[in-house]
Amino acid sequence: MQGAETQLKLKHNVASLDKADLEILKALQEDSRQTYTAIGKRLGIAHSTVYDRIRKMEQQKVITNYAALVDLEKVGVKNITAMMTVYTDPKETERVAEELTKSPEVLEVYTSLSDELLIIAKVVAPSQEDLHAFVANSVAPLQGVLRIRTSIVTKKLKETHFLITSHLKGLPL
Amino acid sequence: MASETGSKILRTVPREKAFYFFTSIGNYTGASAVSLKEFMEKINEVNIKSLEFHLYRADFEKWISEVLEDAWLAGEMRRLQKFGLTGEALRDQLYLTVSRRLKRLMSPLGPLQF
Repeated sequence: MQGAETQLKLKHNVASLDKADLEILKALQEDSRQTYTAIGKRLGIAHSTVYDRIRKMEQQKVITNYAALVDLEKVGVKNITAMMTVYTDPKETERVAEELTKSPEVLEVYTSLSDELLIIAKVVAPSQEDLHAFVANSVAPLQGVLRIRTSIVTKKLKETHFLITSHLKGLPL
Repeated sequence: MASETGSKILRTVPREKAFYFFTSIGNYTGASAVSLKEFMEKINEVNIKSLEFHLYRADFEKWISEVLEDAWLAGEMRRLQKFGLTGEALRDQLYLTVSRRLKRLMSPLGPLQF
């Protein structure tokens, strides 16, 4: 474990992180509410070092947000989720994707190149009718949209974020 | 020359008010219509599933009534639902109904003469 303070240098917009930084990120991804002291104790470094490194990673936007994960069903929200594939005129793909990001119904937006350029978006709505109204009134009319395929999710088997743990496996101790 | 009412019904509407043809919830075919004339043309072209999907959800009736503001044709769409037609029989009947209305609206007699 390196004890010296790490300088986070950005090269090609990628921060240079050492093992201690990654261990801190791993700890925060598991529980972002734990104290600097608890993290320091776990990693064998001073809490001030933990504080300093976290502050730097926040400044460099390595850590972008701390948020609560809410079980929506337990608060009575019963949205349906759908995966929407939007086939577009290649010249309009970026603009259509940008428009989709502005809608609160759209949680995630990706562009992809398979046989043709397309946009994949994760959409939520209170009901199938609301989902259809959103697609018909807000997505289909966008200039450059050629056709849309929407699959309503019937069962969620896994939902998680990429954990830094996977990245740590390749690093020397 | 179409009458004033006929001209209103026959106008081209903005893209955001167009009719967008879907085959099921969220599945857009890529076909749309911005006027009654284009709507009639698309009836002959779109997947038959789309016609069945929209007729029995009263989407045609709603668009014709609220966007084109043709109460008579909206009523005909409502009446068609009761026949329970599907497949090509539905396409033929829809096309016949809309094309007759279009012809009438474009005639000098005006929209209310049948």
